[in-house]
Amino acid sequence: MHKSRWNYRVIIFIFTMIVGIVLSIPSFVPSINGPKIKLGLDLQGGLHMLLGVEVKQAVKSKYKSIASSIKYFTDDNDIVIDNLRVDKKDVSFTLLDNSEEKNLDNMLSKIKGLVVNKDKKLNYKITLTKSEIKKTEQYAVNQAVDTIRNRLDQFGLSDPTVAKQGSTDVLVELPGIKTQAQEQRARKLIAKAAHLQLMAVDEKRADQVYNMSNQEAASYGDVILHGAKNSKEEYLVKAVPILDGSMLTDARVGFDNMNQPVINFTLNSEGAKIFGAFTAKSIGKHLAIVLDNKVYSAPVIRERIGGGSGQISGGFSVQEAHDVAIALRSGALLAPVKLLEKRSIGPSLGAESIRQSMIALISGFVLVVLFMISYYGYAGFIADIALVVNLFIIIALMALFGATLTLPGMAGIVLTVGMSVDSNVIINERIRELLREGKSVAVAIEKGYANAMSAILDANITTLIAAVILYAYGTGPIKGFAVTMSIGILASMLTAILGTHGIYQSLMPIIERAKNLKIWFGIKVK
Amino acid sequence: MEIFKGDKIFDFMGKSKFFISISIILMLTSYVLLATKGLNYGLDFKGGTLVQVKYEKNAPISKIRDSISKDSEFKNATITKFGSPKEVIIKFATSSSSVKEDTGDKIRTLLKGTGDFKIRRVDIVGPKVGGELREKGLLAMVLSILAILVYVAFRFEWRFAVASVAALVHDVSIALGAVALFHIDVNLDTLAAILTLMGYSLNDTIIVFDRIREGIHETKRYDLFHVINDAVSKTLSRTTLTSLTTFFVVLTLYLFGGEIIVAFSFTLLVGIVVGTYSSIFVASPLLKWFGFNIEDFKRKVVQKDKAKAEKKKMREMYERGMV
Repeated sequence: MHKSRWNYRVIIFIFTMIVGIVLSIPSFVPSINGPKIKLGLDLQGGLHMLLGVEVKQAVKSKYKSIASSIKYFTDDNDIVIDNLRVDKKDVSFTLLDNSEEKNLDNMLSKIKGLVVNKDKKLNYKITLTKSEIKKTEQYAVNQAVDTIRNRLDQFGLSDPTVAKQGSTDVLVELPGIKTQAQEQRARKLIAKAAHLQLMAVDEKRADQVYNMSNQEAASYGDVILHGAKNSKEEYLVKAVPILDGSMLTDARVGFDNMNQPVINFTLNSEGAKIFGAFTAKSIGKHLAIVLDNKVYSAPVIRERIGGGSGQISGGFSVQEAHDVAIALRSGALLAPVKLLEKRSIGPSLGAESIRQSMIALISGFVLVVLFMISYYGYAGFIADIALVVNLFIIIALMALFGATLTLPGMAGIVLTVGMSVDSNVIINERIRELLREGKSVAVAIEKGYANAMSAILDANITTLIAAVILYAYGTGPIKGFAVTMSIGILASMLTAILGTHGIYQSLMPIIERAKNLKIWFGIKVK
Repeated sequence: MEIFKGDKIFDFMGKSKFFISISIILMLTSYVLLATKGLNYGLDFKGGTLVQVKYEKNAPISKIRDSISKDSEFKNATITKFGSPKEVIIKFATSSSSVKEDTGDKIRTLLKGTGDFKIRRVDIVGPKVGGELREKGLLAMVLSILAILVYVAFRFEWRFAVASVAALVHDVSIALGAVALFHIDVNLDTLAAILTLMGYSLNDTIIVFDRIREGIHETKRYDLFHVINDAVSKTLSRTTLTSLTTFFVVLTLYLFGGEIIVAFSFTLLVGIVVGTYSSIFVASPLLKWFGFNIEDFKRKVVQKDKAKAEKKKMREMYERGMV
């Protein structure tokens, strides 16, 4: 059997080796541009959070905004209604002006997804349809993802990840977080509801607020809110807001004449119209500026305010004002978020993990390499070459596809070192067997590969099955483990099977001339 | 170098009752351990909070305990050394669900005055996530076993599939038994180790089975005992070698990989030993016990080949336009 020194196997092997080495260089040398391996949070430090969006709250605020619309409409058209109330699962009121029934029903029919129930006394009860509730909930989650992403982008951290997970969860990963203070600020920014409301103070009963229970306030259609600066301060305001932050177009940090930081906000045209109409009607009354259910100020309205701009003042630090402005600009969270899972890793711990697993990787690697050479001779050395190339390919592929290297991922690579030489062990054992039977070297090598193939394929495929399932059902770092394992197995098929076969074929003339096969395969052959 | 010289064939089948008894005893012991001691579920599956603190000097554990328990929320916290004497882990079962407020900050304030320290890691896992992770983990395990069962049945025969899965159950049970015995925290990485060990041990088993399949095709006698002994003996040096290299590597991971990876590498170390044992001594005898019969298998293969040949003939006839 005569083969030329160059064959397609060895050419493919050398080609992948070059590609593997070239593509993995940027990961080793930071100064070189190119695809770099991304380190997981557990290796570089950072903050990982899984947030749950409380979608029920979104439905509730939807009811609130429906009530706002009703109030605005009836005020605007001088329709008298009473007992306008927002509950968890409906909005209710009584229409006193039965001549306006058609007019009102017409307006309600324009709002999508409503079920309107009324009795003969014109007690209205308005609920949302099931599909509308679902839509609202989904919208709240998507909006939370967008809003949080917006806020973090403006915060100025390097590659934040914000993604929806499952139906109501949001995954947030912040690799740029290095200190506790940074982390705290980021968390506050994420969690800030940034729910701006402009509310009318209940002038009739405002002076009784300190003697009033929440239930009593509710019976008047009011709520009791606390001051932002001084939480002992109480305000009695109308529960249905005049308008809210959804009509806000901009928010910027400015300074008042005392040189204290304030937030100047601008409303859109609809908001400006509502605000103008309200202020014109309410001269001499108080307007409460409420952010996240805290009253920042409640100035007296001196004149009609057109143009739709306003100011939130009240004891921010410059940094706080900055963060609140970001939160207002990127929009309110329709529903509050709660923490389901958090993992924060200091950068020093990550560096330590890298160092330790590198030690394990290198010492494991050296052990295996030496073992293979001493057991199989040159055949072991050829397997070692395949192993080295395998490692480069893993790194190159991970860098190319932007896969993340985690600590379990490092373990996966270490394990691949042990397992990828397995193919060569199987092949070499087969070759030895054939040599013992007295076959010629050329025949032993060719038949050895052929005989070993079915076992190697079956073994690798089953491991791959386990790795794929691990990827599908694993989370975070475990996924990283499955990724490196799978890439390692696939790469080993290329290097350990195809590559070494090619090398043998190229070296065949030399091997055939060799008198001492012990150097080549580690056994004496008669 | 050679570990097992030449063509020596060992009589594994003759002693299979002995080996399988050992396995059964080990498995039963593991079940007893799992039933009495139980698995020590860690943060990932149980939920709770973990704070890792590193001190400049040796960590003053009793001082830390005193300071922490000032806050009633952390009364039942456990404080253990982690890796070096400078490092401790504070664990408690509750988890805060507020995004703004931070347990790490609270702990930092409480620990003031216990020395120079750095908080290096804060993990909070809420009950919902813990439950989900546990479910997903179990699902992953069951699904892999099923997928493997199907694949092996497709490539070999159903008895091979059942025997290899029985060997898997054997390996996983004993590895979990060891995890229970040594109080290793069961977290996501332990689960990953179990799944890896399944893939790994199956590797070994399949390579032996592949040899058995080959032996069946070559043998003229219908002697399964002989075929199995021959196959296991011939793959013996490969099985030991690969197990050794993998064992070395995982051992370095266990020794140098740091405290975080100890649970993973420990589980895998046990798994490699048990998996190698089961591939050599347990899986193949089970084939015989499950009533595998060479004659039947060959007949089926012949039938399959015949059917294939027939199909080919039909196709050729069809292509020549004869049908």
